Amino acid sequence: MSGHSTYQPQNKALQWLETRLPIGGLIHSSFVAYPTPRNLNYWWTFGGILSFMLGVQIITGIVLAMHYTAHVDLAFKSVELIMRDVNYGWLLRYIHANGASMFFLAVYIHMFRGIYYGSYKAPREVLWILGVIIYLLMMATGFMGYVLVWGQMSFWAATVITNLFSALPGVGETIVTWLWGGYAVGQPTLNRFFSLHYLLPFVIAGVVVLHVWALHVAGQNNPAGIEPKSDKDTVPFTPYATVKDSFAIAVFCILFAWFIFYVPNYLGHADNYIPANPAVTPAEIVPEWYYLPFYAILRSIPDKLLGVIALFASILILAFLPWLDTSRVRSARYRPLFKQCFWLWVIACIGLGWLGSKPPEGIYVLLSRVFTAYYFGFFIIILPLLGIFEKTKPLPNSISDSVLKAKA
Amino acid sequence: MTMTRTFIALSLAAGAALAAAPALAQEHQVPPPQLSWSFSGPFGMYDQAQLQRGFKVYREVCASCHSLDYVAFRNLADPGGPGFSTAQVDALAAEYKIKDLDDKGEPVERTGRPADHFPAPFPNAAAAAAANGVAPPDMSTLAKARTYQRGFPWFIFDLFTQYQEQGPDYIHAILVGYEEPPKDFKLPPGGHYNKYFPGHNIAMPQPLQDGQVTYDDGTPQTLDQYAKDISAFLMWAAEPQLEARHRIGFQVMIFLIVLAGLLYFTKKKVWHEVEAPREAAQGQDPAKTTL
Repeated sequence: MSGHSTYQPQNKALQWLETRLPIGGLIHSSFVAYPTPRNLNYWWTFGGILSFMLGVQIITGIVLAMHYTAHVDLAFKSVELIMRDVNYGWLLRYIHANGASMFFLAVYIHMFRGIYYGSYKAPREVLWILGVIIYLLMMATGFMGYVLVWGQMSFWAATVITNLFSALPGVGETIVTWLWGGYAVGQPTLNRFFSLHYLLPFVIAGVVVLHVWALHVAGQNNPAGIEPKSDKDTVPFTPYATVKDSFAIAVFCILFAWFIFYVPNYLGHADNYIPANPAVTPAEIVPEWYYLPFYAILRSIPDKLLGVIALFASILILAFLPWLDTSRVRSARYRPLFKQCFWLWVIACIGLGWLGSKPPEGIYVLLSRVFTAYYFGFFIIILPLLGIFEKTKPLPNSISDSVLKAKA
Repeated sequence: MTMTRTFIALSLAAGAALAAAPALAQEHQVPPPQLSWSFSGPFGMYDQAQLQRGFKVYREVCASCHSLDYVAFRNLADPGGPGFSTAQVDALAAEYKIKDLDDKGEPVERTGRPADHFPAPFPNAAAAAAANGVAPPDMSTLAKARTYQRGFPWFIFDLFTQYQEQGPDYIHAILVGYEEPPKDFKLPPGGHYNKYFPGHNIAMPQPLQDGQVTYDDGTPQTLDQYAKDISAFLMWAAEPQLEARHRIGFQVMIFLIVLAGLLYFTKKKVWHEVEAPREAAQGQDPAKTTL
């Protein structure tokens, strides 16, 4: 798609550089001349929003790490001192803590959009799988970052989540001891979580580069789900996508700022303002909101090992999505049955999120099981069969056709 | 934009479905009454006189059992706090004895300095627990470390109303919530009945009574007033940068709204040719020209 760069620098120094390292041409072809479908809607701005959020998290994180102490006796205190004694430390920490939530909110919208418009289908399978890898890395990073605060919920979440591996037959206990670096969550655990929490965002950044590379090879999908056929179907990335993404990022920042300045602890848990105490178990141990659907899946299955398998399967199954969906039509616009099943699946995901925050008893268990069954059923039953039985609507001839018809 | 429309419809439907679900939340906990605080809302600021009264309650009552580890004397003169003068803080710090080492490395007790933190009433957690049955929690983050279940749908409304005062509401409720246990309630030895404490059995005996602390400014010396003042003080102790946060937040919001508005119109202008081609307005086929 991207084709050869037409980048011709006028400046002598840039010409000199370009003949030795054509980085100007790379940037020009990727972010200026890159043709982007003209019919993209605002759901397509979340890629830009996510890049922005990754930058925000890395910058605030590096500064926070300058003031943080990864020691079981000092970690909580160092966080409190950041809040009180570091210039604008409260701002950095609230940006970073709420930034994680905003990052996940954006990635969930990005993923839902990808599924709704069939963005994972050929030739974008690798692009999609790279996205799943980024998501997995984000989950690991977010979890370890939450532990660093070393409050009660940090400590007990670390205990519960690492203990999941003990369900593996034979090797489980050994793996858990190895993860902890001891026989309980303690100093070695905190120290290695800090190390990995600092490392993984840069791994994410690396995979994001691959993700964008794969995107620029295959080209963007679009709401019509058909490939651009001529120049009339696309507009250059700059100024069209740049200005649109900038506007979307600004609006997203308003939401972000609402959390940072007005309800900074809304998404956190009060128990995490109590220093970690291995001798006292909190009344309820709940993960951060962005893990709740998976927590509900885990608890919906009575057997611990099967629950853990279901938990991991619920994420890994996303990587197989390009082959589970057998339909040739990408966009849900032209797939009436898929559209309904998709929204039911969204309800199941949100429902599981709500159930993950509820105690595993009574009606909540039953609902969790129904939603878990639908979550998996959507992937392994509905998607393969829909491709065979669904009668899709006729596709437009071209992207510009679909745009002009919509206007008429 | 079908996805947008369905998304909105779905959000409304999901909300309605959740509302119909059983409200199981507050089974063991009586929700504390919601008070009005000077520091709530987007423009909320602390009431200096209230923080000073709350500090007096802390010093004369709470401090005998509860530590305030992360607060230094100097913080009492920080902007956005109780507003003591540096001279007052110097004098106050000098009233405290701080454990330190002298030049020869011998342990000594010296007079406090503004940079010192409030000394803890017990040398360690074990001593605190031995003297009280349960170690009294440190108070520096208490107002953010205590909350109560809001339940659906209130927790969603809280996001928009910016209700963030669960902590002070809860602390106030606990302080005024001591009463005689109902006849059928079995209170374990050493426990005290509190209406608002989860499970009602609290280890702390009622700490405050009417008239216990003398106020010099004519404020009523009632339990309810003490409870409000100490809760406000603890909120400041937990969130000393709240005023700066609200002030900067408003500036950031204005900036972002103006920026988003300018970007919106820039986007409109840039995309105008794509969204409403000139040819179409002139009755020609836009597909025959390139952009």
